Formats: sequence, C-alpha cells, structure tokens
Amino acid sequence: MARITLEGIAHTYDVRSANAALKRLDHVWEQGRAYALLGPSGCGKTTLLNIISGLITPSEGRVLFDGKDVTQLPTEQRNIAQVFQFPVIYDTMSVGENLAFPLKNRGMDRRAIKSRVAEIADLLGLTEELSRRARGLTAEAKQKVSLGRGLVRADVAAILLDEPLTVIDPSLKWELRSKLKAVHRALNLLMIYVTHDQVEALTFADEVVVMKDGSVLQVATPARLFEQPEHTFVGYFIGSPGMNLVAADVEGHVARVAGHAIELGAHYPKVPAGSAVLGFRPDYASVVPNGGVPVQIRRLEDLGRRRLARVALGPHEIFATVPHGVPIDGAEAGLTIRQDRLFVYVNDELVPGDRR
Amino acid sequence: MEKSLNNRAWLMVMPVFVLVLFSALLPMMTVVNYSVQDSMGQNNFFWNGDAWFRDLLNPATEIGARFQNALFKNLSFSLVALLIEVPLGIAIALCLPRSGWAVGPLLVVIALPMLIPWNVVGTIWQIFSRADIGLFGAALTGLGIPYNATQGAVSAWCTIVVIDVWHWTPLVILLTYAGLRAIPDAFYQAARIDAASRWATFVNIELPKLQKVLVIVVLLRFMQTFMIYTEPFVVTGGGPGSATTFLSIDLVKIALGQVDLGSAAAMSLVYNLITLTLCWIFFTIMMQLDRRRYA
Amino acid sequence: MSADALPRAGLAVVRDRSRLFAARRASSFLPRLGLAVYLLALMLPIYWLVSMSLRSNEDIMSTLALWPHHPSLEKYVFILNDPTWVHAFLVSLTYVAINTVISVTAALPAAYAFNRYHFIGDKYLFFWLLSNLMAPAAVYAMPFFNLYYAIGLFDTVWAVALAHCLFNVPVAVWILEGFVAGVPREIDEMAAIDGYSFPRFFVRIFLPLIANGVGVTAFFCFMFSWVEQLLATTLTATDALPFAAVMTRSYSVAGMDWSLLAAAGVLTMIPGAVVIWFVRNHIAKGFALGRV
Repeated sequence: MARITLEGIAHTYDVRSANAALKRLDHVWEQGRAYALLGPSGCGKTTLLNIISGLITPSEGRVLFDGKDVTQLPTEQRNIAQVFQFPVIYDTMSVGENLAFPLKNRGMDRRAIKSRVAEIADLLGLTEELSRRARGLTAEAKQKVSLGRGLVRADVAAILLDEPLTVIDPSLKWELRSKLKAVHRALNLLMIYVTHDQVEALTFADEVVVMKDGSVLQVATPARLFEQPEHTFVGYFIGSPGMNLVAADVEGHVARVAGHAIELGAHYPKVPAGSAVLGFRPDYASVVPNGGVPVQIRRLEDLGRRRLARVALGPHEIFATVPHGVPIDGAEAGLTIRQDRLFVYVNDELVPGDRR
Repeated sequence: MEKSLNNRAWLMVMPVFVLVLFSALLPMMTVVNYSVQDSMGQNNFFWNGDAWFRDLLNPATEIGARFQNALFKNLSFSLVALLIEVPLGIAIALCLPRSGWAVGPLLVVIALPMLIPWNVVGTIWQIFSRADIGLFGAALTGLGIPYNATQGAVSAWCTIVVIDVWHWTPLVILLTYAGLRAIPDAFYQAARIDAASRWATFVNIELPKLQKVLVIVVLLRFMQTFMIYTEPFVVTGGGPGSATTFLSIDLVKIALGQVDLGSAAAMSLVYNLITLTLCWIFFTIMMQLDRRRYA
Repeated sequence: MSADALPRAGLAVVRDRSRLFAARRASSFLPRLGLAVYLLALMLPIYWLVSMSLRSNEDIMSTLALWPHHPSLEKYVFILNDPTWVHAFLVSLTYVAINTVISVTAALPAAYAFNRYHFIGDKYLFFWLLSNLMAPAAVYAMPFFNLYYAIGLFDTVWAVALAHCLFNVPVAVWILEGFVAGVPREIDEMAAIDGYSFPRFFVRIFLPLIANGVGVTAFFCFMFSWVEQLLATTLTATDALPFAAVMTRSYSVAGMDWSLLAAAGVLTMIPGAVVIWFVRNHIAKGFALGRV
C-alpha cells in the first residue's frame, strides 16, 4: 500500500506543439482511498494514469511512492496493478493459472499460491471458474480475472483501472461496479479509476478528480461536486441534466438576465460585462405558478420521481423542477432559485462572493 | 463470441470473388472449349486415360518410379525447408527492434532477397556456389568440405535448401514481425507487471497471438516449396541425375521434353490433386484452430 | 502484516527487479548478435550480385574475386540508356502498382467479411481462394493467353495486372483476414454504439488497427507480382513488354551476359525497396488498445 504523490507533473506528447496533454498539477493520492478520474475523451486522464503507472515518463515533475521517487522506474518496478479497457488475460491458461501467474513468476511456493488464488477468486466470485480456460469466458469474467491478477499480489501498492467497464454488457455493469467497490472495502487498497461516465465515477469513488483539456478542474467528493462545482464544466458535466449556465450581468446582490433581476445569495463586485455566468442546478430551481422570475414554459416532462420543466427566460433555455402537487398550466410561470445554490462563474471559474 | 449469420456479407466478398473467378474459371473454360474441338486428341485421351494413372501410381513402371521419386524429393525438401525457415524467421523477427530509426533500413535489407527475380536468384547462386569462382563454393571447399553443387547429389540438394532458406526466410520474418507488432501494448505491459520472463512472454502472449499468422506462413511456404521450379532448374538443372528433380521440373521435362502429353497430363492432374488434398487438410486444421478460439 | 512492513516488502521486490532489469539489458546482446549474423549471411549473395554487375563477364567466369578489381558501371549505363529496358521497367511498375491497388482494395472488405460474418458457402469460398494459390502458373499460361487475346487486352498492362489477381487476391485476403482476427469484436460494437456508420468506422477506426496487415500485404502483393515472369511474358508482346522478358535478352549467342543480368537484378531490387520503405511505419506500427 502506498500513498502516491504527484509533484509538479506536466506532460506533452509532442514537444513541438504548444498543446500540453497534461497541464501542471500537484496531487496526493491517499492510501486506501478510491479515486475517480473523470472527464471527456482527450482530457488527459489516461495520460495521468499512465504517468502514475509508469507507462509514460512525464515531461516535467516527479512521481513519489511513499516519498520514494519512482519517476524513472518502469511499470514492473512500481508494484502497481493495472486493469485495461480490454481484458488482458493469458488465453492459453485457465483462470486459476492466470491468477497464479504473477505469484509463480515471483517464486512463491505452491501451497501459498493456491491459498492466495482461492482467496482472491472467492472475493471476485470466480471460484467456480478456476479450472476453466480463460479464453472462453464472458468479457465481465475476463475483466475480473485481469483485476484478480493484480490483487493476488499482497504487496501491490495501488490498483489503476482504465475505463474497465468499456466492454462490459450494459446490463452487467452495475454488478462489476459493485464488485469493485466490495473489493476496495475488503482490501483497503488505493484505487484510481479512469472513466468518462459520471455515474461510474460518482458511485465508485470517495473522491473524484474532474479533468478537461489537460487540467484538473476540481477534486472533491461526489456530493461536493454536485453541490458546489467550482467550474462551469464540472457543473455541466455532472448531473443529468447538468447545471444550467446562463449569461448574466452581475453587480452587488443582483444579477440581471434578459432584463429580469435575480436576487443572489451573496455580494459580488462588479464583473466585466459578458464574462459572468449564473449557474444553478435544475434540482434547486423550481417552477411556480406565481411569483419568481417570469418564464415561458416550453415543455414538461414527467419522469416519475420528479417532473422536469424546460422553460425559457428570454433567449435562455433553462431546466427546472416542478415541485410535487404544483399544477402548471398555460405557457407562463415563475422560476425561483435557491439562493445558496446559485453560483456565479467568471471566465468559467467559481467566484465565491461575500456572503455577509 | 459467435459470428453473426449475415448473407449480405456476400456483397463484401463480391469483388474478390469476381476477380478470382475471372482469373481462375474462365481461362479453364476456354481450355475446355478448345479441347472439345480437338477431335483427335480427345478420343485418344479418353481411350487411354485410365492407363496413364495406373502407370503413374505403380512404382514398378518408369513413370511411376519417377513420379514417386519426385514426390519424395518435394516432400522431404518442403519439410526440411520449413523446419529451418520457420523457427529461424520467428527468431529473427523477435530480434528486430519495435521502433526507432533502425526499423526502416532493417526491413528494407531483410526484404531484398525476395525482390530479386527468381531466375536471377538462380543465376547468383549458380556462380556463388562454384568452388572456382564463387565465394560460397570456395569457402566450403576451403574448409575441407567436399562440395560440388552440380555434381554431388547431396551438395546439390543442400544447395537448393540453402538457396530457399536465403530467399524466403524474409517472408517468414516480415509476416511474423507484422504479427508481433499487431499485438496491443497492453499485453506486454501486463506481462511486465506480472514479472514474466522473456520466454514466458513469448509462450503465453506472442505465440498464441501469432497463431493465425504462423498458419499462413507455414501453408504459404509449404505451397511454394512444393511447387519450386526456377531455382533448382537454373542452378542444378534438376541434377545431378535426379537429385534435385522436383515434381514441377519433372513435369515440364515429360511434357515438353518427351512430348508425352498423356503422362504429363496425368501427372499434373495427380499433382494438382495432391496439392488440393494437402490444402484441404491444412485448411481444416485452420478451421479447427478457429473453432477452438471460441470454445 | 503491519503497515510499515509492507512498504519494505515493496522495496525489496523493487531491488530484485532491478537486478533482473540489468540482466535483461545484457541479454539484448544475444538478439543483436543473432540479427547481425543473419544480416551478414543475407547480404553476402546480394553483395555478390552487386559485385557481378560491376565486373566483366570474362572476369566473373574466370576468377574468384572478393571485390571487383576493375569496377565498371557500363552495364548500368547501358540499361538506363536503353529505351527498351527503361520502358520495360515502367511497364512492370505500372501493372504491379495496378495489381497491388486492386488486390488490396478488393481483399479488405472480403477479409473483414470472412472473419466477422458467417454466410452461406463461406468456408468453401475461402478454400477455393486458397486452392488458387496452389495452381502452378504454367497451367494457366495458355488459357490466359487465349482469354486476354479474345477480349482484346493482350499486350496491355491490364492483362498482366488482372492475371496476377489469380494469386495475389487470395494471398491478400488470407493475410488480411489473419490481422482482422486480431482486432477484438468489441471495437466494432463500441463504434456502432458511438454512432459510426459502417464505412466511416471501417476507414477511420478499423483500418488503422490493421495497419500492420495492410502494410505487409501491400508489400507482398507488390513483390509477388513484380517477380512473376511466366504470365507477364506470356500475356505481352511489344507494347507492354515487362522487364522480365527483356532480361532474357541477356542470353545471347555469345553466351550469358552475367554482368548485364546482375545489373538488371540490382536495379529490380530498388522499386521493392522503395515500397517497403514507404510501408515501414504501417508494418511496424504498435498500438495501445483504447477507446476510439
């Protein structure tokens, strides 16, 4: 087990281009926690994972495992386990032999190998498949075997997973996800999970690192990412539907959108025109028959648990919730927004404002 | 994972089908057309047809003995050539670098022997193997080995083997190398993380993933060695005696030299049948390997 | 295990690995040596060919010389100045190029279909293709002659290009199918889920993944067509005379013109070398399986 520290890490694949695959970042990955690296394709999350695992040597910065500089060490010397998008298993061996392989190569004795393999197989639910040829398994089982090969080594420092559910049948994804969570709880390992799927990230991780275009936008617990996104992209990316982002003129306590005034929960200094964006989640915006900011109703969707309304405030389209038991008819209604969940972003970044 | 049944796939195969059909079937049809119009030949051919085949397969007859001799030559040659070329080719492919500036020049150099027209290959070795004016011949005799490519049966046969190995190992190398590069990096990374030795990586990752390519290599080389003609013809002329008289050489000798079209026809038919049978056997093996993949 | 025993165990493993790492470095010497020996053995006859091309016939036939003592480029000059030779080279290059393009282009969808789909008669069709490889060209020479004469393509580059499809298309399909098999089906499914149309998927996603196969197939089609002599000479006369036919002019009444043949041989290696140089990055392409 290890605590992994990234110091001043930055990486560019092509030294000639100005585009860095990964912009400078510092981060500490605490032992025993589960992290998710979340972001759209090309945001640098796989690059970051490969720097941690040793497949890539970063252009700048250092990687430390428990304080020891491993930046120049290759993968096999860092004592990590990696699960890839596609199941990587040894076709010619059985499941049991696959799991035993890393231990056999390290010279462990046969009985110890057998008990360890049985232990891990039990943890992953593979006990019945142990003597089966690895080649004929389902994708889900193969990924479990891939994972198992990493777990059999008791001294493994961290498990790195690169979009491991990619090839899993959608109906089986939740099962493997819960298995991963169970493994994490049982073995208390540092696990870093790369994904572009927010559901996977938010359900799996203790802490999520949201990335875009090579930068880390926010590192926080899933709850905090939802409640207080520090970047418009985080707000937009997380949640379904994501956060509403509306251009506004902000001054003092008031934001003006399409000619209407909206009370803010804090005091903001004057913001240059055109750079401020109001952000609020549909969950905290309610459509009411009277009062609030006047909006036109475009569409109502009944999703069972809640009702979503698509409304228009001037040229802006906004998603809001229709509270239970509130009848909405006609094309006009009002919009109210919870003030403590109404955020101001300038140049995409959260501005805290003075809440006195 | 099962393949999906999809007859629309015939559309994807159409171009290939048409091209090869055009090349394979239509010419055959014109031959049939011409042969039917040849009244004299036809009658005689059918009259004697059976006799030729019986003669061919009977080792007591002159033609039968010749045929069996040539068949034996071919099979043993193919076996030896394969046993040398395939492991050697794989070994060299494993030695080639995965990336870097050296890959291009190395690939070019390795490919060179295959780019020389086959008669020129024969010509090079014709000189090269002579003890008086060729480096190879001179070196061998200098080492005290009794070597004479044109007059010693063993020397001649070995020379053909050496030529074939020199000429065609690059095919094995290039196909194997391409196959190796096609293995995704992740497998090598996993093997390194699992602390697998070089040999274990080869046996557990590279060899299984190369299965298809190796089948192609072995079959292709077998077919080519079985049909070898130009090199032995140029270098040894099929001699001394019948030491290097392979099937195709014999066929041409009989057909053209002795104007014995009947035997030649029979021989070529049997020849084709043998190749077809062997092709079918290997093909079935390939299908079995394929099925086992998805067991 | 206690919390601090584990890191020490990890470090111990690291130390062992570094010894192994050093051992691996040393062991790359053996592959290098083996490669060097092989390359030397490979180059010797080629060196001999070049040497022969620079010597005179009398010299070749009379003395064993490790290097040409009076090297002369006269044969090269002769070839490069002879319009028949030059034209023949260009003709050969043309039909080989045409054939390579046709063969690879037709083989790609077929290889994909053979591997990914099951359709009526697929096994028989594949076998029939392979069996054409075993057909000795001599059997086809006369029929082809009649056929192409009848359809008016005799003595054109198209005749040879199409005739060579007989063996090149099966080879191309065969090799490409092997490489298609190496790409996991999940990639196809992922692309479908991501909304790619089939042509777009095939060109932008699938082809790069079988780059190794395409590169090596293109080279082999080029090579097999380039060195084929029987069909190339049978199907041509004057307009589309390939260099293979012109090379037979080295056999004259005065005996074989060894050095001319050798010079021609050296020159014929060049186009193929260029081709494989161009596809070297395809053949050697390594890749990481990842989301498209």
